[in-house]
Amino acid sequence: MTTAVTSITPKIAPPPPEPAPAEPNYLNVNYSLWGWLTTVDHKRIGILYLISITVFFLAGGIAAGIVRLNLLSPDGAIINEDAYNRAFTAHGVLMLFFFLIPAVPAVLGNFLIPMMIGAKDLAFPKLNLASWYVFMVGAAFGVYAILNGGIDTGWTLYPPYSSRSSQSNVVPGVFGVFISGFSSIMTGLNIMVTVHKMRAPGMTWGRLPLFVWSLYATSLIQLLGTPVVAITTVLLMVERVAGIGIFDPLIGGDPVLFQHLFWFYSHPAVYIMILPGMGVVSEVLTCFSRKNIFGYQAVAWSSMGIAVVGFMLWAHHMFVAGISYYSALLFSFLSMLVAVPSAIKVFNWTGTLYKGSITFQAPMLFALGFVVLFVIGGLTGLFLATLGTDIHLHDTYFVVAHFHFVMVGGMVLGYMAGIHFWWPKMTGRMYSDWWSRVAAAIIIVGFFLTFVPQFMMGYHGMPRRYPNYPQEFQVYNVMSTAGASILGLGYLLPACYLTLSLFFGKKATGNPWSATGLEWQSPSPPPLFNFDEAHMPVVVCGPYEYSLGIDQMGRGLPEGPGLGTPNDPSDKHGESSAPGPMKKETEVVG
Amino acid sequence: MSANTHSTVLKHHFGDLEQQHASERLGMWMFLATEVLFFGGLFGAYACYRLWYAAEFEYASSFMNLKFASINTVFLVTSSLTMTLAIRCAKLGDKAGLYRNLLLTFALGSAFMVLKGFEYAEDFHEHILPGTSSFGGEIKHDAEAQGLDTGKVRLFLCFYYIMTGIHGVHIIIGLGCILWLVQQTYANKIPPENYSTVEVVSLYWHLVDAIWLFLMPMLYLAGAHIHHVAH
Repeated sequence: MTTAVTSITPKIAPPPPEPAPAEPNYLNVNYSLWGWLTTVDHKRIGILYLISITVFFLAGGIAAGIVRLNLLSPDGAIINEDAYNRAFTAHGVLMLFFFLIPAVPAVLGNFLIPMMIGAKDLAFPKLNLASWYVFMVGAAFGVYAILNGGIDTGWTLYPPYSSRSSQSNVVPGVFGVFISGFSSIMTGLNIMVTVHKMRAPGMTWGRLPLFVWSLYATSLIQLLGTPVVAITTVLLMVERVAGIGIFDPLIGGDPVLFQHLFWFYSHPAVYIMILPGMGVVSEVLTCFSRKNIFGYQAVAWSSMGIAVVGFMLWAHHMFVAGISYYSALLFSFLSMLVAVPSAIKVFNWTGTLYKGSITFQAPMLFALGFVVLFVIGGLTGLFLATLGTDIHLHDTYFVVAHFHFVMVGGMVLGYMAGIHFWWPKMTGRMYSDWWSRVAAAIIIVGFFLTFVPQFMMGYHGMPRRYPNYPQEFQVYNVMSTAGASILGLGYLLPACYLTLSLFFGKKATGNPWSATGLEWQSPSPPPLFNFDEAHMPVVVCGPYEYSLGIDQMGRGLPEGPGLGTPNDPSDKHGESSAPGPMKKETEVVG
Repeated sequence: MSANTHSTVLKHHFGDLEQQHASERLGMWMFLATEVLFFGGLFGAYACYRLWYAAEFEYASSFMNLKFASINTVFLVTSSLTMTLAIRCAKLGDKAGLYRNLLLTFALGSAFMVLKGFEYAEDFHEHILPGTSSFGGEIKHDAEAQGLDTGKVRLFLCFYYIMTGIHGVHIIIGLGCILWLVQQTYANKIPPENYSTVEVVSLYWHLVDAIWLFLMPMLYLAGAHIHHVAH
């Protein structure tokens, strides 16, 4: 057969020698679309989540842009009041339920938890895949509700407006939230069981990376909080569809009960959104200051403290909803209490930085941004936890600015730090060092310009969710919108250079940051089952032995390229370089 | 415990069977914690209103069919016994016994749902319904005669339908899981080493039973069943 063909075709040069087959890794084995959609590999599922939530982040960002543009003028610059209500609800629902909650747990948690504890996969790989499909089904309902007219209740969905009066797509939107909640439970359950049962030999609880501790605490909240909001949304849907229910006073119910049930989840949910970011920061700060974490136990247990105390202070959202004076007092006290573990973390991070050999690659810039913005967000939270000041500040832009400092300044920057830190591991490529630093700077500047004016106008009395405002607030609103456009540009930059790095980026080594965690002991990108099957990792020491210069398996850390000239100007347009030399002798802990 | 069964039962990402079973068990226990919180929201809401509107809740509860509920309780508690016996059979490799106990559990669970269906039909017939217009008959008449707030009586009925409805959905899911176990037994996929599959389903089934043991007194025993023995 072959000879017959060659006889009638013209003679051609012999084919070039076949290129050496690439090392098999999780990306290049079975990479058909079907292979991706039926994968049970935790790393691929993490990537599937990454792609989906990036789309939702973009959509939520567009909604935010509409809101900010409309607020340019006191009478509403581009849309009417009704459309404005739908725009800010779309922003809230998309960002909270379809971006922030799955952001770190489902993307980085999925990808990294098994690798960090030395396991081949999560405990329940099929459940993990199911969680992504459930998430997408929930998101489909949410997106349908938003595109097909929108929801105008705000993301908090308070009845009786949401159950009786609203003329918008409350039911499909709420149903989407209900369904996506199950995906959150599945991810949390999977991570918890994995951390309990799948740790490599020698990986004791005291040697777990702090990212794992923070995800464990997050998963606890997902597991115990999400079902409560699930039942609450069911009750809300029953009330709206069947006209029978337990919240609407017209039919015998009490709307404050909804607020209790809603915030019983939705307050702990803000810790779902911030704890994983704190875990990322602990990893990044230690690596880029070449030091052991200051106070490992304190940082680890403060995550659990936040998770536990976080369940007991939901009613501080309801100080003006008519709850009793004494319960308000108790909830105010508990809200102050949760600041303690958060402060412990900040102090320990500062202690970690002290006398460290700090270098300022993009992950570090984002992580430092996180610490600064989180401190501002946290301190302004105390104003709101105080009963007297909350009456003045409740439902104003002060609240909006406060939680944006924590959610965007905290979690989005934490997520960015994580993506930049583990991007080489996930994709096997380095991104542009210079552009990533520029993006970090633009995001932080844009962020400040967007939200600091909101503190000002909130303090002066501008209520949140209002499309119109007195002339005197315009200067703040214009500043805020200007900042938002800078922030938007800042977010577009990583989308560009990270995508470009996939095609043009330099190949990453297994451990480009010279970090200590187990995930860096495997090639980039990792093979299908994370580690060489014949040599599964055995852990001999704590997670941050930078001062000893050894990884968790007790091997020496590599000396990455560019060592010794971390901030060399000639490297300005080059690729990310490894952190600086380990010249500081720091105390050895553990 | 031949090496052959080992390799088919043990999933690749676990080190050994013990680890796999422990993970499956822990996963189910955590899911049960989720379920407790899911019903916990309802129980919390019920508790508030029960305290505030005690008279109406006791009144409405007295219209619930205690006879059906008692028989149903016996069905569910017995099904928990047969489910547990099924684990024992699975562990011993007694395939016939496993079939028998799984099918018995299925039958008892189905009997619960059938009886529940009859109960709903009766409630419907007697207008024991929470809707503003569908609510009526004796329960409404007597409530008005006694000067009770019918809105709060209907509130109780909301809880009754939502709680038993969601519980019923859980029973149906449990029945599906039991049928799946029967199919797995038929396909020889539950050798003694893999008994934990039966155990995990049984954990879920017991939880659904346990929730009924809370629902039963909350809904059926909150009020005295004196003034309408005719039911």
